Amino acid sequence: MSEREVILSVRDLVVKFVLRGQTLTAIRGASLDLYKGESLAIVGESGSGKSVLTKTFMGMLDKNGFIDSGKILYNNKNLVDFKTEDEWLTVRGRRIAMVFQDPMTALSPLMTVGHQIAETLTLHQGLKGRAAKQRAIELLRDVGITEPERRYKQYPHEFSGGMRQRVVIAIAMACNPEILICDEPTTALDVTIQAQILELMKELQKDFGMSILFITHDLGTVARMCDRVAVMYLGRIVESAPVEELYRNPLHPYTRGLLSSVHRIGTKGQDRLFSIEGTVPLALNLPAGCGFYDRCHSRIEGVCNVHDPALQDVGNDHRVACFACDRCPGCAAGSVEKEVGTHA
Amino acid sequence: MRKGDQILDVRGIHMRFNTKGLCVRAVTDVSFTVREGETIGIVGESGCGKTTLGRCIVRAYEPSEGQVLYTTAEGETIDFLKIDKKVMKRYRKDIQMIFQDPYSSLDPRMTVYDIIKEPLQANFPKMPKREMEARVMDIAARVGLNTSYLKRYPHAFSGGQRQRIGIARALVLSPRVIVCDEPVSALDVSIQAQVINLLHDLQQELGLTYLFISHDLSVVEYISDKVGVMYLGRLVEYAPTRELFSHPMHPYTESLLSAVPVADPTVKQERISLTGEIPNPANPPSGCHFHTRCRYCTGCCREQTPPYVEVAPDHFVACHRAEELKLRGFTYDE
Repeated sequence: MSEREVILSVRDLVVKFVLRGQTLTAIRGASLDLYKGESLAIVGESGSGKSVLTKTFMGMLDKNGFIDSGKILYNNKNLVDFKTEDEWLTVRGRRIAMVFQDPMTALSPLMTVGHQIAETLTLHQGLKGRAAKQRAIELLRDVGITEPERRYKQYPHEFSGGMRQRVVIAIAMACNPEILICDEPTTALDVTIQAQILELMKELQKDFGMSILFITHDLGTVARMCDRVAVMYLGRIVESAPVEELYRNPLHPYTRGLLSSVHRIGTKGQDRLFSIEGTVPLALNLPAGCGFYDRCHSRIEGVCNVHDPALQDVGNDHRVACFACDRCPGCAAGSVEKEVGTHA
Repeated sequence: MRKGDQILDVRGIHMRFNTKGLCVRAVTDVSFTVREGETIGIVGESGCGKTTLGRCIVRAYEPSEGQVLYTTAEGETIDFLKIDKKVMKRYRKDIQMIFQDPYSSLDPRMTVYDIIKEPLQANFPKMPKREMEARVMDIAARVGLNTSYLKRYPHAFSGGQRQRIGIARALVLSPRVIVCDEPVSALDVSIQAQVINLLHDLQQELGLTYLFISHDLSVVEYISDKVGVMYLGRLVEYAPTRELFSHPMHPYTESLLSAVPVADPTVKQERISLTGEIPNPANPPSGCHFHTRCRYCTGCCREQTPPYVEVAPDHFVACHRAEELKLRGFTYDE
């Protein structure tokens, strides 16, 4: 599908953190494309680097973190080259906005909800006074808050969790961003409220045509919300595919593990849930080879613990980084040398 | 393990909290029975009273009204809420609890060994040191902790490992009933599966009875024999798991089920969206508490509280229109 327009393109990104004198590599060469108008999910366990990755798009890395190499291309600009806050302010909040995980802490308890929305409008669009208020009330209405005029004057503690998340979304939407990054937007909410918020985000996407980058570990939400999925493990994208393709035909052993460790209601209860043994290792002093080696069921000794597989296109817009993927020409031929060759 | 003998009979539990002159009814008239070896799932949104109910049953709270009839290992039936301190001491160890957050429920200044040992010291102060040590080691190994790490502090362990410590601490007293309050909510999916499998294995080995409190319906469906659905402090439906998921009889259950995100993009879910949020429990709506969000609501629902009745064998529901409504649930494979 070549007609799709790439809006954000990440190439071989490496992000490092300095921790007590040691260097930890949080992103180990991630590559990713976000298309215009699509919703892309980034799935992975805690510690896989998904939040760090999206923070780099906003210039919000913690002070001890830095981009070591790689590119983030947006609008013919390489965001990696941005040095000053002023440069970031042309993008952050204005073109790329973010919805945070926890609506309880994302809002200031000292300011009215209306003021917090109007503040964004003043900063980015120069709207002041009555015009800012008018627009803020419109935004509240857009995100499905009833009686927006009254709600405008209230403080966050007067809002429930779901309503606060709507306010956070309204703030993110204030500048009609091209890209909306949602970091686990519904994790802190109840199922029924979660369903309402997801519905709202789908509608907003339809109405405003933005691209959504959805960070989550909930595979159910992904199936319902997203067009494409990228699976992240230990600072790398290990598999990416359109959502139906990925669920029907997962190729990376980690993706397979994730999908089969979730019980599906209505299926005959197996006696045990599939579980991936062990935990995500700490990204300090990683051994050579594939990061998933220690937990992998299909590992090939002498290959997987020596070489690190690269992301390889296997058709149907499906990419995977695994020497045992069975789909690319090298792996299908079954030859170890060739496997390394195609994923190198 | 023989399932069948009744181990808990929860009758008419009420829990009221008085705050700032307001009376919040966190739990209102909840009754159900549990048989030995069963897992009972309790689901509902936050604020529905499921955690409060769990705490009432272990008597971490003193409920305002009601009884928890507990059948002891000797076959005696006692009211767990009425027994005095001395008798309580004997039976408290029979009903234990596992907490939601493996980060805040472990004392950061105690070693893991001491954390697991503490309940033994409190309940069996005269137990010889050697025996205590043997029990701690045995339990730690059983829940899958590396026993050479027991001298470490909780911060050195991952979330999943910490939850194993919490499970070990509950198990060390050889309880018969464990109230699990959202034991996997704070964990990653792959780690959730490990902990659920562990709970399942322990139940098989030790014949434990679980009260499993969670808001995750797929986890509850997987692990439970029966499920109770709570809304605004009341139990609105209670039935065997498959019956509840395939033939829900309360409109709230129906909408909860339709809101579960299914991890399969080919499944087109028809969602019954609930408008609005859970009302304030300090000022609940009249009649049926759910009527403000219910799409089947009639005049009668606004005025009268529906009785909680058994509409089919083992299937209890509190809805005026339960028998006439044809509600949708999940379709099972076979």
